[in-house]
Amino acid sequence: MALFTRLLPSTVTEPLGAGEHDALHVAREIDRRAQRLFGRALAIREVDAGSCNGCEIEISGLTGPIYDMERFGMHFVASPRHADLLLVTGPVTRNMEVPLRKTYEATPDPKLVVAVGDCARTCGVFRGSYAVAGGVGDIVPVDVFVAGCPPEPTDILRGILAALDRRIPEVSR
Amino acid sequence: MTATAWLAAVQTLLAVGLAPGLAGVVRRLKARLQGRIGPPIGQPYRELRKLLQKEPLVAHHASWLFRATPFIVFATTVAVAALVPLLAVGLPIYAVGDLIVVVYLLLAGTFFLALAGLDPGSPFGGMGASREMTIAALAEPVIGVAIFALALTADSTNLGRIAARMLAHPATAVSPGHLLAFAALFIVTLAETGRLPVDNPSTHLELTMIHEAMLLEYSGRYLALLEWAADIKLFVFFALLANLFVPWGLAVTLTPLALAVALGALALKLGVLALALALLETRVAKLRLFRVPELLSVSFVLALLAVTASLLGR
Amino acid sequence: MPSALWLARAVMLAYAFGAVGALVSRGRAGRALGAAGALAGSLAVLCLGVLVLAGGTPLPLPSLVFPISGVLLRVDSLSAVFLLIIGLVGSAAAVYGYGYSAPAPGHPVEPATGGGAGGPRPHPDPRAMGTLLNLLLATMTLQVLADNAFTFLFAWEAMSLATCLFVLTDAADPEAVRAARWYLGMSHAGFAALVGLLLLLSGGDLTIPFEVVRQATLTAGVRDAVFLLAVFAFGTKAGLVPLHVWLPMAHPVAPSQASALMSAVVLKMGIYGLLRIVVDLMHGGPAWWGGVLLGAGALSAVFGILYALLESDLKRLLAFSSIENIGIIWMAIGAGLIFLSYGLLLPASVAFAGALYHALNHAAFKGLLFMGAGAVQRSTGTRNMERLGGLIGTMPWTAGLFLIGAAAVAALPPLNGFASEWLIFQALLEGFRIPQPSTALLMPIAVGILALASGLTAACFVKAFGITFLAIPRSPAAERASEAPFSMRAGMALLAAACIALGLGPFVVVPRLSGALEAMGLTAPGPPSPPLVTRPLGIAGTTGQMSPVLLAAGLLGIVALVHIGLRLAGARAPVRRVDAWGCGRIRQTPRMQYTSAAFAEPLRRVFAELYRPTDDLTVHVHPASEYFVQSIEYHAAVSPWIDRLIYRPMLGLLTRIAGRVRAMQGGSLHLYLLYLCVALLVALLASRWLG
Repeated sequence: MALFTRLLPSTVTEPLGAGEHDALHVAREIDRRAQRLFGRALAIREVDAGSCNGCEIEISGLTGPIYDMERFGMHFVASPRHADLLLVTGPVTRNMEVPLRKTYEATPDPKLVVAVGDCARTCGVFRGSYAVAGGVGDIVPVDVFVAGCPPEPTDILRGILAALDRRIPEVSR
Repeated sequence: MTATAWLAAVQTLLAVGLAPGLAGVVRRLKARLQGRIGPPIGQPYRELRKLLQKEPLVAHHASWLFRATPFIVFATTVAVAALVPLLAVGLPIYAVGDLIVVVYLLLAGTFFLALAGLDPGSPFGGMGASREMTIAALAEPVIGVAIFALALTADSTNLGRIAARMLAHPATAVSPGHLLAFAALFIVTLAETGRLPVDNPSTHLELTMIHEAMLLEYSGRYLALLEWAADIKLFVFFALLANLFVPWGLAVTLTPLALAVALGALALKLGVLALALALLETRVAKLRLFRVPELLSVSFVLALLAVTASLLGR
Repeated sequence: MPSALWLARAVMLAYAFGAVGALVSRGRAGRALGAAGALAGSLAVLCLGVLVLAGGTPLPLPSLVFPISGVLLRVDSLSAVFLLIIGLVGSAAAVYGYGYSAPAPGHPVEPATGGGAGGPRPHPDPRAMGTLLNLLLATMTLQVLADNAFTFLFAWEAMSLATCLFVLTDAADPEAVRAARWYLGMSHAGFAALVGLLLLLSGGDLTIPFEVVRQATLTAGVRDAVFLLAVFAFGTKAGLVPLHVWLPMAHPVAPSQASALMSAVVLKMGIYGLLRIVVDLMHGGPAWWGGVLLGAGALSAVFGILYALLESDLKRLLAFSSIENIGIIWMAIGAGLIFLSYGLLLPASVAFAGALYHALNHAAFKGLLFMGAGAVQRSTGTRNMERLGGLIGTMPWTAGLFLIGAAAVAALPPLNGFASEWLIFQALLEGFRIPQPSTALLMPIAVGILALASGLTAACFVKAFGITFLAIPRSPAAERASEAPFSMRAGMALLAAACIALGLGPFVVVPRLSGALEAMGLTAPGPPSPPLVTRPLGIAGTTGQMSPVLLAAGLLGIVALVHIGLRLAGARAPVRRVDAWGCGRIRQTPRMQYTSAAFAEPLRRVFAELYRPTDDLTVHVHPASEYFVQSIEYHAAVSPWIDRLIYRPMLGLLTRIAGRVRAMQGGSLHLYLLYLCVALLVALLASRWLG
C-alpha cells in the first residue's frame, strides 16, 4: 500500500513556486529557456575523463527526487550518439584523452560541452601529474566551465543553462 | 474510400500518434511512484521532434542495411498497428492479417533490428542482437499457444472476430482459460517490449542492455524512427491485451457516438495497463539474463493451462 | 494429352544429352553442355508440372523413353507438385552450376571447422559435376513419375547412388569419404525397409501398378508394419531425427549446386514417398500414425534448429536447418493424418496443403541459401563463419539474395516461408475439433513447438547472415572476396524471385495444390465450401485470413510515406560517417566483434539440457609466476549424444556380427560351393512352404 500512497501528491521534488532559494531560481530559468533550445528535450552524455568521482556524486543528485532534472526534459543517455550535450568531469588523463576526443566526434551536431568541476578547467591538485594530459578545454572545445570542487547540482544546472544560452548554430563543430 | 477504410486509416494514425504519449504516461507515472515530478507527458514527442532535426551518424563499416532498418522496423510496427482493433470490430482490414501475421510482422522487425545491431561491427550491437533474438525465440512459443487459446474460444484468429465473439459471449471473459491466457500474454508483453523485469529501458550500462544495445549506434532521424517504433510496439501490445481480453467499449456499429465511447474506453484501458506497468517496474528488479527463460517458461505453462482449460471447458 | 508425353520425353532426352555432353567434352564447352542439358530438362519438368497441375487429371506415360519391361510411369497432381520442385531448383542449379564449376579465383582452400585436409586441394572435376547433375535430376524425375513398386525402387536406388557420387566429387577430402560412407549405409538401410514395405504392400509382385495397390485391402497388422517401415525408409531419406546423422555430414561437402539440390529436392523425395505410400496408397490410418509423424517431426524441428544455431560452418548450419524444415513438414503431415483419422477432412486438407506448400517453399529458399553459401565458399575459400564477415560490401548481390533467403526461412511476412507456416498454424489451430481431448491437446503443444522452432530459426539466420555478411571482415580471405560470376547470381536470383512470388501468391498456389490433395484421395468435403476458400488477393485457412499482397503493398506504402514525411518534417541533415561507437576505444579490430559462437551462447546455455555442452579452459602460465598468462585455450563442444546413444552401440554390434560372419570365410572354394548348395536348398524349400 505504501506504493500506492506515493501516487498521491507526495513528491519531494522542490517545487517551482515562489522562493528565495537559488536552486529554484535556476530551475525556473531552465524551465523557461529549455522550451526554446533543443525543443525542451536535452539528452546528456556524462563522460568521466579521470575525475575523483566527487563531481559524479553531485551529478547523480540531478536525477534524484530533489532536483529531478527529468521534469525539464533533460535526461542522461547511454550513448553519445543519442546526446546533445556532453557533461565532462575531471582532469583529462592520458588514457582518457583519445576516448574523450572520440566521444566528442561520436556526438551528432548540434552539440554542447559542459566541463564540470575545478579539475576540468585547471586540473586542480592533479596539475603537473605525469598521468594528466590537460584540462577538458585542451582536448575538446568547451562551451561552459562549472567551477567548484565539487560544484553543487544547482551549479551544474546553471552551467547547463549557460550552455543552452549560447546560440546553438554558433557552436563550434 | 469507404467509411470502413477511412476508419481503419484513422485507427492506424491514432496508434502511431498516441504511442509516444502512452510512453510519456508510463514515464510520468514511474516518476511519481519514485517521488519525483517527472517529465511532462508530451516529453517523448519533444524528443522525437528534436531527434528528427539532428545530424545522423553512421559507422564506417555499416552497410545500407543499417540505414534501411529503421524504415523496415517502423513499417512493420505501423502495419501491425493497422491490424489491431482499436476502436471498432468488424473492419475489413482485419482480414489482411490475423493474429499470426501480427506476431510474425513484429518478429520481422526484431530480425532486422538484430541485423542492424551486428552491422557496424560494434560488440555492443552484437550482444544486444544475440540477447534480443534469444528472448524473441523463447517468447514465440508462448505467443503461439496463447493464440491457440484465443482462437479456440473465438473459433478464429481474425482479431476483429476474436473481439466480436467475446462481446457476444461476455461469460467467456472470466473463464479460467481466458484469465490464464491474459497472464501469459502480459508476461510476453514485458519481454517483447523490453520492460522490467526482462530488460531495463532506462539502463546506461552497456553490459546489462538488451534492446537498447542495438540502438547504441543510431542517431538523428534513424534513432527517432526506432524509438517511435518501440513506443508503437508497446501501444500495440497494450491494445491487444485491452481489446482482445476486455473488448467492451469497442464500436460494433460505426456511429460517431459509439466511436467516441470506443476512444474513451481505449484511453481508460490503456491508462489502467500503463499504471500496472509503472507499478510493476517500480516494484521489481531486473532479472539476470539467464533467469528470463524461467519467467518465460512460467508464462508458457500458463498459456498451456489456458488452452487445456478452454479445451476441457468446451 | 499427348503434349505431356512429349514433354516427358524431352525431359529425359535433355538430361541424357546433358549427362553425355558434360562427360565427353572438356573445359567451358563441357560445362556449357552439362548446364544446358540440365536447364532444358528442368524447364521441361517445370512445364510438365504446371501443365498437369493446371489440367488436374492424372495421365499415364506409357513407353516413355526406355523400353524396359516392368517400368510404369504416370503423372498426377501430387507428382506435379514435386515436378515443380525439381524443375525450379534444377533450373537454378543448372545455371548456377555453370559458373560454380569453373575454376575458382585463386584462394588457398582453408579447412572447414573440425578436421579436413589442410592446404590447397584440386578443384573438383567439372565434368563429373555436370554429368551427375543431369543424372540426379533425371532419377528424381523418374522417382516422382514411378507408378509401380519396381520403378519406384529403381529410381530410389539410382537417386541415392547419384547423390552419393556427388558427395564424393571431392574424393581427396577425408570428410567427404566419411560422409559418403555414412550416406551409403543409411540410405541402404532405408532402401531395405523400402523393399520390405513395397513387398508387403504389393503382395509380392513389384510390377503391379499402384492403382491395383490402391484398391488392395490389407490386415491392420500388415498396414501398421508398412507404416512403420515407411517412417524408417522415408525418414532416413528426409533426414528425420534420429535418422539424420548422415545429412549434416553429406550436404556440406558436396559441391554447392549439389548441396542445394540435396537439401531442396532430394530430401523432398522422402516427403513425396511418405505422401504417396501412406496417404495416397493406404488412405491414412489410425490416429497414432499421425501422432508418430507429429512427434518425430516436432523432435526434428527443434533439434535441427538448435544444432543449426551452434554451427559455425555455414553449410552445416544450412543442413541442420533443412532437418528443421523437414520436421515442420512431417508435423503438418502428421496433423493431417490425425485429422483424417477423425474424419475431419477440411483441417486435414489444410494441413496437407501446408505440407506441400512448405515443401515447395523450402526448396526455393534452401536452394537459394545453399547457393549463396557456395558463392561465399568459392570466393573466400572457407565456410567457417568465424573467418567471414563484411561480405555485403564485396559481394553485394550474393548478400542481398542471401538476405531474401534468410528472411524467407525465418518465416518473415510477406515471403514464402511465412505463407506456408501460416497455413500449417491454421491447420494445427483446428485441433480443438478433435473429439478426444487427449489427442486434441497434442495440437497446442505442436503449435508451441512450431512457434519455438520458427523463433529459433529467426535467431539462427540473424546469426548466419549477420556474422557472414555484415560488419568487418574477420580474415584476409574475406577481405579479398569478390562477387560471384553472373551465372551464379542468375541462378540465385531465380530462386529469390520464386521466394517472393510464392510468398505473395498463396492465393494462386493453394487452389492448385488442392488438385494434389484430390490426387491423394482427399475430396472436398460437402458442397458449401471448397477445401480452401480463396479470396482475390489473400488466402483463408480454416480460422483466419491473410493477404500477403495487401500486406506487402501496405509495408511499401508506409516506407514511402515515412520517407516523404521525414522530408516534410525537415529531417534531412546529411549523414556523417564516423567510427563505430565503442566507449572511446582507440582502435576497432575485427576480433572485437561478436562471433558466431558468442551469438549462440545465450541459447546454448538456455538449452544446456539438450546440448550437453562441454567446455574446456586451459590457461598456460609463465613458469616463473602464475600471474603471467601466456596463452589461454578454450574448447567448447556439444556432445553428440544421439550418436552415442544409438549409433555407436549399433555400429559396435554390427562390427561384432561381421567379425563372427568372417569366420565363415575360409578361403576354400569347396566350402563356398557348399554354401551355395545350402542357400539354394533353403531358398527352394522356403518358396515351397511360403507358397
